[in-house]
Amino acid sequence: MARKVPEINASTQADIAFLLLIFYLVSTTMNVDSGIYRMLPPWVENEQEENANKVNDRNLLKISINSRDKLQVGGKGLDVSQLKDEVQKFILNSTNDANLPEKVETEIDLIGKYPVSKGVVSLLNTRETSYDIYIQVQNELSRAVNELRDALSMKTFGHKFIDLSSDQQKAVTSAIPNQISEAEPRVK
Amino acid sequence: MAVMKKKGNKDTPTISTSSLPDIIYMLLFFFMVTTVMREVTLQVLVGLPVASEVQKLEKKSLISFIYVGPPTVALQKQFGDSPRIQLNDSFSKLGQVIDFVAAERDKLSESDSNQMTVSLKADKNVRMGIITDIKQELRRANALKLSYTAYKHKVK
Repeated sequence: MARKVPEINASTQADIAFLLLIFYLVSTTMNVDSGIYRMLPPWVENEQEENANKVNDRNLLKISINSRDKLQVGGKGLDVSQLKDEVQKFILNSTNDANLPEKVETEIDLIGKYPVSKGVVSLLNTRETSYDIYIQVQNELSRAVNELRDALSMKTFGHKFIDLSSDQQKAVTSAIPNQISEAEPRVK
Repeated sequence: MAVMKKKGNKDTPTISTSSLPDIIYMLLFFFMVTTVMREVTLQVLVGLPVASEVQKLEKKSLISFIYVGPPTVALQKQFGDSPRIQLNDSFSKLGQVIDFVAAERDKLSESDSNQMTVSLKADKNVRMGIITDIKQELRRANALKLSYTAYKHKVK
């Protein structure tokens, strides 16, 4: 007759597991951080030198946010919700308006000839501007560019920008660059 | 009914708990896999702004965090409620940003050091003045990759 193996009491196993579980419950942070990426311009000793490579007036869209979080785009007051369309109109310049940015026919791998806009968005804010509105504006600028990139990706590759291969993404990015220049805020 | 009476024993049978550890272990492994350890204790209140065009921060090891916001309620008595910069575990002055960036860069390997990203976690109610100052310091420290951390929220 086989000898009976004495059973090990497993009732405390649950307690041990609970203890570990609670530890991880407490120390866990579920949300993965996400944010809006921006490249800062490299540091220059003399800010005046930077202005040496001045862009043509028509290639510049001036966005300024005042200390009461009101927006002014190219001289007229706008709401944040209208900003995206304004920026897209500026970048695309579909009517070849003389007041909107020039376009340069550029040969791009995978896409071919594409009129790349020379438009630069200039963002100016005061020191009293709130961070909230600043992020909203940055978000709208990203949204404008992302939508244009998506549209171009759909047209040339038949997929959204995010689903493209890295080479294709690079091509689309060079066709529609995201050019934002941030000036030193005015000291009030 | 007659059958039950026959048994006579009114004790409710004990529920077997032998599978309980298995269930708990399953939960435990789930949390172990998804967990991200909090590295610093926040001393500032950071109510992140909301944006729709956010990208996930890749490669945790390449990211350094700068927190900006008013001190936490417990610390407000001591430090007031004007926004402050937190680097690592303590309040810092603006001038320390360069040292912080240099120290963070030293932690990375040579090939990764130009991939370094600074994640700016700022309260949405702070003014741009302090943010601009930090940005200037980052430019000076040559840490040009910046991410404005925000909650993801779809726009209409």
